Amino acid sequence: MLSSLGIIKQSFVMSIQNIKANKMRSFLTMLGIVIGVAAVIGLITIVETVSDAVMGKFSGLGAGTVMVMAYTSPTKDGLSDVDVDVLSRVEGVEGVSPTAEEMTASVVDKEVYKKTRVQGRSTTYFSHNPDAVTAGRVFNEADMSGESYVCIVDQDYIKKCLLGRQVLGREILVNGNTYTIVGVAKKDDSLMSYMSDTSRLDGTIIVPYRNVLSMSGKTRIYNLDVYVKKEADMSMVESRLRSALQNMYNDNDDYYSVVNMESLMSMMDSVQGMLGTLLASIASIALVVGGIGIMNMMLVSVSERTKEIGLRKALGAEPSRIQMQFLIESIVLSMIGGIIGVIIGLAIAFAAAHALETPFTVPGSAITLGVGFSAAVGIVFGWVPAKRASELNPIDALRSE
Amino acid sequence: MTSGEEILRMEGITKEYQMGDEVSVVLKGIDLSVNRGEFLAVLGPSGSGKSTLMNIIGCLDVPTDGKYWLHGNLIADEDQTSLAHIRSAEIGFIFQSFYLLQRQDAWHNVELPLIYANMPERKRKERVEEMLIKVGLEDKMFHMPNQLSGGQQQRVAIARAIATNPTILLADEPTGALDQKTGAQVMDLFHSLNDEGRTIIMITHDSKIAAHAGRIVRILDGNISEGAIEDA
Repeated sequence: MLSSLGIIKQSFVMSIQNIKANKMRSFLTMLGIVIGVAAVIGLITIVETVSDAVMGKFSGLGAGTVMVMAYTSPTKDGLSDVDVDVLSRVEGVEGVSPTAEEMTASVVDKEVYKKTRVQGRSTTYFSHNPDAVTAGRVFNEADMSGESYVCIVDQDYIKKCLLGRQVLGREILVNGNTYTIVGVAKKDDSLMSYMSDTSRLDGTIIVPYRNVLSMSGKTRIYNLDVYVKKEADMSMVESRLRSALQNMYNDNDDYYSVVNMESLMSMMDSVQGMLGTLLASIASIALVVGGIGIMNMMLVSVSERTKEIGLRKALGAEPSRIQMQFLIESIVLSMIGGIIGVIIGLAIAFAAAHALETPFTVPGSAITLGVGFSAAVGIVFGWVPAKRASELNPIDALRSE
Repeated sequence: MTSGEEILRMEGITKEYQMGDEVSVVLKGIDLSVNRGEFLAVLGPSGSGKSTLMNIIGCLDVPTDGKYWLHGNLIADEDQTSLAHIRSAEIGFIFQSFYLLQRQDAWHNVELPLIYANMPERKRKERVEEMLIKVGLEDKMFHMPNQLSGGQQQRVAIARAIATNPTILLADEPTGALDQKTGAQVMDLFHSLNDEGRTIIMITHDSKIAAHAGRIVRILDGNISEGAIEDA
């Protein structure tokens, strides 16, 4: 006895022969599936690639970090050093790093660079970001007094303002003060820099945060990165920080905010999922249209081959065998379309990733989805024509001219 | 003429078709008995009901009334799947216009009924080759139908019909599309198959062709009668 696998193989060979015999028609029919699958794969991959990149930036900054923003209330202006100290002693907190940022001009060898971003950092920042500096040194406690004029420059600044010159030890004039370059920072890949357009900047220089505050005539702290101990419960720490801030402000919570990066990430994750589902369902309309094309071709094929079906039946083919043959033909047709669609979709996604300058990864799930979807389309839309073929009366089928 | 076990028996076979409001009776109580090894011709003009009789003998159709035993089995109200199994095992069809699959070569055409009979691939290969040699097409095994003459195509069809070693070869106007010379060659092939002991039932309107058969029955207006060629 021939195994059912053998039957499938026979039907497969027959369907390939038939597809070959009607090349143009098969190609046009496949096109619907190709476009549908390419659209699904392309969109899903683009969404995944882009959001993976965004999430990557997030997690670079986000893991174990809570951002505290303090504003000015009628009775309180930002955070004092004492407040910062209180927050750093909250249970579960490993350290806090006040941050500040200003846009100003810098002068190198009498050349003025108007769009210089000055970031204020503390020693805690560097101890939690050990990779931040690639050459030279980081700030030490002595630099934190506000009287020490040292800075760290990033790669963009070197490229735009210091190209081909000695970097370490060079002096830069910022806001009337002469800073000495003590270190080189790696390219800033934090969330903030990702979200802001850095291409129009002349680059970034990092100075002790107090220096930034005094540039704008402030003494209070408005932004704080809080590093949470690994073993601590993120949300517990978050709520403890909130109540500490509540004690300080003694007012409604409009004047401060605590942003837990992890909850932000999980929110973004679900937004990404929703976006992906939405795009995929729009694209799958194309798949349905493609499926209708397959069904149409199979119906035409059945009526064209009525006599052949009658002959096969006279030669002993059971109705189920005829049905299997047409069903497999429909599946093969749409799966070839599906595979071509996957290739085109990935090419589109690759081009998009290249244009967006995000790393491209081939999503295995999308490929499985594309091929699986097209096979399903073949079964669903091939079923009726195959059933119709199997139910043909052999006498009528043989007699038809 | 030929003696042997009874292989086909029909008793009071009638076939009616509903044509709108009217019922048209195509076969009016056919009694027929065929023994193993017989070469029978069913002779009749068009419209006589011979095609309907062939469809019933070939298990392509079932009678409205009457009883039909094939190889000892009563063919009653079978469904399409069981009829397919019976055709596969018992009947080898030969048609007037050959009915070869045009997109497949001679070899694959002969292989087709063996696939449906679930013969394993290795055995199938041997069998197809054997059959094509038997009909004298050993040098044209992989020719496509359109590369073959009419007579050669009909020989492919005969190889296909005998491949499964069926109980009955059922031929419907086997020479109808052939010229006289190739027609005669096909009839020679029929004779040699009959000499091997194969049972052949041939349906034709041509009394000269029918004369090749060992026994002739005439069908007219849905009634059957034995013998007599003279006024066909």
